[in-house]
Amino acid sequence: MKDTGSIKALLATCMQCGTCTGTCPNADAMDLTPRHLWRMVLMDRADEIFESQTFAYCSTCYFCTLKCPRGLPLTRAMSMLKEVAYKNDVKTFRKSGAFYGSFMESVRRHGRVRESEFMTLYFLEMKNPLLPFDFASLGLKLMSKNKVSFSLPSGADGRGQGNLDRIFKKVSEIENREEQMP
Amino acid sequence: MSYIYYPGCSLEASAIEYDASTRAVMHALDIELAEIEGWSCCGATAAEPVSSLLSFVLPARNLALAEKMKQNFSVMVPCSACYLNLKKVEMEKKQNPSMSASIDECLAEEALKLEGKLKVRHLLDILANDIGADQIKNKVTKKLSGLKIVPYYGCQCLRPYPVFDDPEEPRSMEPLIEACGAEVFPWDMGAQCCGASNMNTKKSAAGKLVQKILKSAKGADAIVTVCPMCQLNLEGFQEELSRKAGEDLSVSVIYLPQLLGMAMGISREELMLHKNLAVKELVLSY
Repeated sequence: MKDTGSIKALLATCMQCGTCTGTCPNADAMDLTPRHLWRMVLMDRADEIFESQTFAYCSTCYFCTLKCPRGLPLTRAMSMLKEVAYKNDVKTFRKSGAFYGSFMESVRRHGRVRESEFMTLYFLEMKNPLLPFDFASLGLKLMSKNKVSFSLPSGADGRGQGNLDRIFKKVSEIENREEQMP
Repeated sequence: MSYIYYPGCSLEASAIEYDASTRAVMHALDIELAEIEGWSCCGATAAEPVSSLLSFVLPARNLALAEKMKQNFSVMVPCSACYLNLKKVEMEKKQNPSMSASIDECLAEEALKLEGKLKVRHLLDILANDIGADQIKNKVTKKLSGLKIVPYYGCQCLRPYPVFDDPEEPRSMEPLIEACGAEVFPWDMGAQCCGASNMNTKKSAAGKLVQKILKSAKGADAIVTVCPMCQLNLEGFQEELSRKAGEDLSVSVIYLPQLLGMAMGISREELMLHKNLAVKELVLSY
């Protein structure tokens, strides 16, 4: 369920002044301004919120959080919307979600992120044969500097820091437990 | 002086020159770094959208490991994204007991416990405030006279926790740049977002932010950064953004410790200047 109640509670004192929109470097690219998005959250309009791409454009620069005259944790609220969208597999967030999910999968397996592996996981998840070309130019530059290497997705290899499987499982367990609480 | 050191994943791969130059400069300043044993990813900007709790547990694991080494100590973090994640846990530990209990429950899986006895510090904070421009100046053997530098701070070392500099008009890099004999070139983009976390999924929006920064840097010889995400974003897309803008936006982009190291007479090889994606002859000629 796309529950935004806890985010609404965080934003209860929002007075719709629009300082957030004024400070946002990505406001031009958003379909709803940040101020408008917060209004939708305050009115429980989940459909409008998750049809919008606005929260997906937040680049976590924390300018709105710094400047909000009510001192509201707006960047945090954006991330909480991303999390609801990720957990509910919201269509407009699928590309970003696949990217973040692949990143974390690589971290779960190895403890540290392996750039080439997580990008491969991301491409597999997106099933779009043209997507890798978006990254070809930067990828080639990094490879020519010997900064990334090709590696296929793999399981935990027992080398170095090992995997974080137990911690990841515990996190899910606690989250499920909290979801079931009234 | 000595610090606990958290390099973070980028500093092992795409930002290996940031790691090398940080270590080289600290060595030259007789500062010891003790790397956290068995450190893991801090969650970057990817953990928070996947799971809020995970975004606290991953950095907490590293701080708990660090506490096993030393307590009441500073942890030096060169990457701004790692810095913010670790800092967030340091702050949350004090302010939010219920989150703290969930973190402890997860860490118990690896028999770890977070006491909250460490201070998370950005590399720039340590350079500007613990070491200071005077000490850098004493070590300078090769003045970078005439080199015009724009300092780029980015977001996450300044906001939301403005602990060592002004979060809108930061200045902490300026005395360090001047200590090298270089010139601070005036601009007003130092604290603006480069959109790095959007570059992979919302490229055109991020590209616009990078373009604006590169345009403002015109006239400077190099942009100096203190974050691997900012660095890669500003150095990696210059050709395509120049094409789109219809003007040459190419500029050298180097890490702050690389600049300091150059002035301190540390070799280019040791500072790994060959690893940067955008360094012009002019900078290398110093």
